Amino acid sequence: MRPADRAFLLLAAGFCAFALCFVDAARLRSAAGPDEVERARLVAQLRLTDLALFTEARYTRHPSQADLHSAFQDHPLALEHFPTGSLIAPPAGLARVGADATAASEEGGAK
Amino acid sequence: MKLWLAKQRYLIDFTLASLARRKTRNLGLLLVYTVLVFMLASVTLYTHALRQEAARVLAASPEVIVQRMVAGRHDLIPPGYMEKIGRIRGVQKMEGRLWGYYYDAVTKANYTFMVPAENPPAAGEIVVGPALERSRGLAKNNGISFRSYSGKLHTFIVADVLPQASELVSADLVLMSEQNFRAFFDYPAGHYTDIALSVANPQEVRNVAVKLAAALPDARPILRDEVLRTYASIYDWREGIVLALLSAAILAFGILAWEKASGLSAEEKREIGILKAIGWETGDVIKMKFWEGLLISLTAFLVGFVAAYVHVFHFAASLFEPVLKGWAVLYPRFQLTPHIDGLQVATLFFFTVVPYAAAVLVPIWKAAITDPDSVMRS
Repeated sequence: MRPADRAFLLLAAGFCAFALCFVDAARLRSAAGPDEVERARLVAQLRLTDLALFTEARYTRHPSQADLHSAFQDHPLALEHFPTGSLIAPPAGLARVGADATAASEEGGAK
Repeated sequence: MKLWLAKQRYLIDFTLASLARRKTRNLGLLLVYTVLVFMLASVTLYTHALRQEAARVLAASPEVIVQRMVAGRHDLIPPGYMEKIGRIRGVQKMEGRLWGYYYDAVTKANYTFMVPAENPPAAGEIVVGPALERSRGLAKNNGISFRSYSGKLHTFIVADVLPQASELVSADLVLMSEQNFRAFFDYPAGHYTDIALSVANPQEVRNVAVKLAAALPDARPILRDEVLRTYASIYDWREGIVLALLSAAILAFGILAWEKASGLSAEEKREIGILKAIGWETGDVIKMKFWEGLLISLTAFLVGFVAAYVHVFHFAASLFEPVLKGWAVLYPRFQLTPHIDGLQVATLFFFTVVPYAAAVLVPIWKAAITDPDSVMRS
């Protein structure tokens, strides 16, 4: 067999494996259907709002229900100390507030 | 067409022979390229599947949750509060939720105690989540005691364990009757933790939230959309952190690929010179190098992507799991359902295959349009 044919065969095998990923994903999705229904049923039945991913603090257990300052609740200027806090993004407004403050202080300095 | 195909096959034959002459260098490049695609594809597949999982599971969560704030802190809903909400037009149904946290010094973990609105356990009985069952070694009909915040010891019988399939949302749950909950937390009668609302017209959810905030200034309505956005942003943030960590590797590969693709070695220049001297046209040389770039980048993409898929969905993404999933004392065990986003795959393909295939062409074109004699002499 010529090298070009071998290369085409290998690439075709690669494309088949690539396509099989999508077929396998569909198979796993349909197999997981009943479990998913069970999870959705429990969420609806218990009126749950959050995934039980991080249980170390109340604002990480229910990040969607926590108020924005709960991570800094211990005392003013307290730094957040749970590891999840470094992985959950700060609220969108916080970055904007920081940028506005910097701009304001620069303006003040210029005057 | 047949002639064109035959020509391409000869060009590929020659390209492969040329690649084989610098076997170690090209195999090394292919390996690094594949590993890079594997890492990028693993991160994107994993975070997309997690985002989808959260979105699908939480699509059934309450449309609006109303909390009451006192001095910036979440406070209990007092009696009479629900009546005021009931007067707001558009509110179809409302239920007071009773739930709270309990820190268990034995497992050093927080549990979520909750009163289900439907079919609550009988007094003195609890239903526990699967992670709690594991961590405390519980089974049906076992007894377990919790010391309440008032110091009293309360003993419960485990009536049931929530299904394993629901662990992602129920790992740390302890379901109990309203009577037990109020006694355990010394909850005043008629008070609730928060209120779950459903709105008659889904288009009106935001308007109802605005009316709520106007009628009850101390209320904080949390919409289901906001809950879903919170989870989307958690995984966007995590994906960003991993990609930031990988950026050094991506940059290193970029430099390697650019150096390999843009700087022709003396040997390669001589090869082009000889090809031109024996009658190859500039177009043929470019086509040959185009095939070289395409074969390397396409192989790396296909192998890297398939390996990433197997790694994420059949080996539970064991290499990136600690960073992407996070950790907790009571961490739920769950199998991710694969959801492959076509656009994400196309983006990955575009940013891994196209730049390399294109970077190969520029220096080759420069060398191929130069006089063969001067190329060979240089």
